[in-house]
Amino acid sequence: MKEFGGPAIVLDRNDINTDEIIPAKYLTESSKAALKPYILEDLNLAGFDPHGESLRTARAIVTRKNFGCGSSREHAVWVFEVNNINLVIGESFARIFRQNMFNCGMLAIELPGSDIDTIISLGNKVEIAVDLEKGTVVARGAKEVSFAFQLNPFDLELVKAGGWLAYADKNY
Amino acid sequence: MGKTIAQKIFDAHVRDTPTPENVVLDIDVVMCHEITTPIAITDLEARGMDRVFDPTKIKAVVDHVTPSKDSKTALQAKVLRDWARRHGIKDFFDVGANGVCHALFPEKGFIRPGYTVIMGDSHTCTHGAFGAFAAGIGTTDLEVGILKGVCTFRRPETMRVNIVGQLPVGVYAKDVILKIIKDLTVNGATDKVMDFVGPVVDGMSMESRMTLCNMAIEAGGTCGICMPDRVTAEYLWPFISDDYVNLEAAVEDFKKWHSDPDATYSSEITFDVSGLVPQVTYGFKPDEVKDVTEMEGTLIDQVYIGSCTNGRIEDLREAAKILKNRKLAAHVRGILAPATPKVYDLALAEGIIKIFMDCGFCVTNPTCGACLGMSNGVLAEGEVCASTTNRNFNGRMGKGGMVHLMSPLSAAAAAVAGKITDPRLFLD
Ligand code: SF4
Repeated sequence: MKEFGGPAIVLDRNDINTDEIIPAKYLTESSKAALKPYILEDLNLAGFDPHGESLRTARAIVTRKNFGCGSSREHAVWVFEVNNINLVIGESFARIFRQNMFNCGMLAIELPGSDIDTIISLGNKVEIAVDLEKGTVVARGAKEVSFAFQLNPFDLELVKAGGWLAYADKNY
Repeated sequence: MGKTIAQKIFDAHVRDTPTPENVVLDIDVVMCHEITTPIAITDLEARGMDRVFDPTKIKAVVDHVTPSKDSKTALQAKVLRDWARRHGIKDFFDVGANGVCHALFPEKGFIRPGYTVIMGDSHTCTHGAFGAFAAGIGTTDLEVGILKGVCTFRRPETMRVNIVGQLPVGVYAKDVILKIIKDLTVNGATDKVMDFVGPVVDGMSMESRMTLCNMAIEAGGTCGICMPDRVTAEYLWPFISDDYVNLEAAVEDFKKWHSDPDATYSSEITFDVSGLVPQVTYGFKPDEVKDVTEMEGTLIDQVYIGSCTNGRIEDLREAAKILKNRKLAAHVRGILAPATPKVYDLALAEGIIKIFMDCGFCVTNPTCGACLGMSNGVLAEGEVCASTTNRNFNGRMGKGGMVHLMSPLSAAAAAVAGKITDPRLFLD
C-alpha cells in the first residue's frame, strides 16, 4: 500500500469548492499531468499563494468543513495526485469529492474541529504521518500530537485495493 | 417499519453489500457528457478495458461546449462521438440535436420512477424530480459504471423537506430552493437524500420540480427526490403508454415508490412559502442568499438565461412576460441559451424567441456555455451577471466575475432595469 503524508499545508477555511481547486476552464485538458500547474489557482484565502513554496513541497492538506463541495470533477483529486498530495485531512468533505479520493486510492480523513485546531497550532511547518492499520494521524510541528480516526470500512478496502476500478474489476 | 423512496430504490437494485453501510447498486442509466467522459474513455482504453456494459443503458451528449470552440474541446467531443459509434450507443446527441444534459435526457423519456441514474456531473440530482435516485459521481465511478453497470454508495439518510403554503405571484421554484439552501447552508444536506414533499411540490410542473431538485447538490445533497405522481405520469406518457392500460394505472403503479408515511427520516423541515419574496445570491456561495429587495439597485453587465436549472420552456415563458415590449438596459448584454432543441423550437413557435430578440438578447444554441464560464458569455474581470444558473462560485462564469443567481423572472427584470430589482414591479 501507498505511504500517506509528509509536509502539510493548511487551508484554514470552510467550503473550499472544486472550482477553487481546479477551475472549469482546465477541464478541457485530456491528461491528468497537464493539470499540475493549476492547483488551487482560484482559491479565495488570505495569504495563500498557489505558486508558493509551501504548496509545492506539500504532501498533505489540512482543512476545515465541507472540503471539495460543488462539481463532480475528479480533476479536483487528480490535481492533488499529480502534485504528489494523496492525503487530505478535514473536518468534513463533500460526498462526491470524498468518494473520488477513495476511488483513486487516496485518503480523505475526517477529524473533529478541535483536532484540526491543534494541528494548526503546531505552526506552519507540520509533518503528517498516517498509520492506516492503527487508525492514527501523527502531526509533528512545534510538538508532536497524535489523533485516532475512523474510516468507513469500504473506503479502507478501496484504498487497499488501489481504487474502485481495480476493486470493481475483480469483484463484479 | 416504513421505507423512504431512496431505501426502496436501493433495495430494488442491490448487487452487493460489501459492508452493512455500503452498497453496490445496479445502475439503470449511465449518462455521459464531453467534459468528464473522454478522460474515462481514454483511461479505459489505456487499461485495455474499452468495453461498455450495455449500450442501451448509456446515454451521451456533447453539451458543455458545443459547437466546439477550439481544438481541445473539439477533441473532447470527438473522443465521445467516436466511442459512442464504436460501441453502438444509439442515444448519442451531437450538434443539431444536443442540449444541456439534465434538460435533454428527461425530455427524451430516459428517466423513470424507481431508476438509478449516475453521471459524471454534480447536477445529476435533477433527475430525482421523476422519483429516481440520481447522483453525480466522479470519473472513476463513471468508468466502473460504463464497464460494469454498477456504482457504490453509502446507505443514504433522508431529509424530509415539506413545502407548504401558497406560492405568491412572481415567486418560483428557484426562489424556493435558494431560500432552502440559505437555511440549510451549503453543507446542510451532505450525504443525504432530500425528499421534496408537500402541497407546493404536488402542485408544481415537472419543470419546476427539476429546478428544485437541480440545486439539492448546492446544499450538499446526494439527490433531491419528488414523489412520482400524475404530473410525472403525464410528462412521461408518450414514453410509457405501451406499458400501462391507461394513465391512471401508471399513477397507481408509481405509488409503490413513494416514501412510506412511517419511514424514518434523519430530519424534517417544514417550509411555508406564503410569505416568500424573490431570492438572489450575493456572494460566492449558493447559500449567500438575500431577498431581492435587499439587493435592489446592484448594477449588472450581463444577463444569462439558460442552464439545467432554468433553461426550460416554462422558464423562457416567465422571462418573456417581462421582456415583451421592453428593451435591455443600455449597458446590459442579454444572453438566452434555450436548454434543448425542443425548448428552442417551442419558444420559436410561441413567439418567445422574437420577444427576446426584440428586447436585444443574443439567442445562442442549446449549450451549457457561460454557466461554467467556458464559452458563449464568459465575464471579464469585475463584471457582474444576473443569471438563472445554479453556481455563483468565485470565477465560475469567468475569472474575477460576479454571478448573482436568481429566477428567470428576476433575471428578466434585471435585464430591462440594468440592475437587480424586484420583478414583481414589472408584472401587470
Ligand atoms: S448548465 Fe451548468 S450546471 Fe448545468 S450541467 Fe451545464 S455546466 Fe453544469
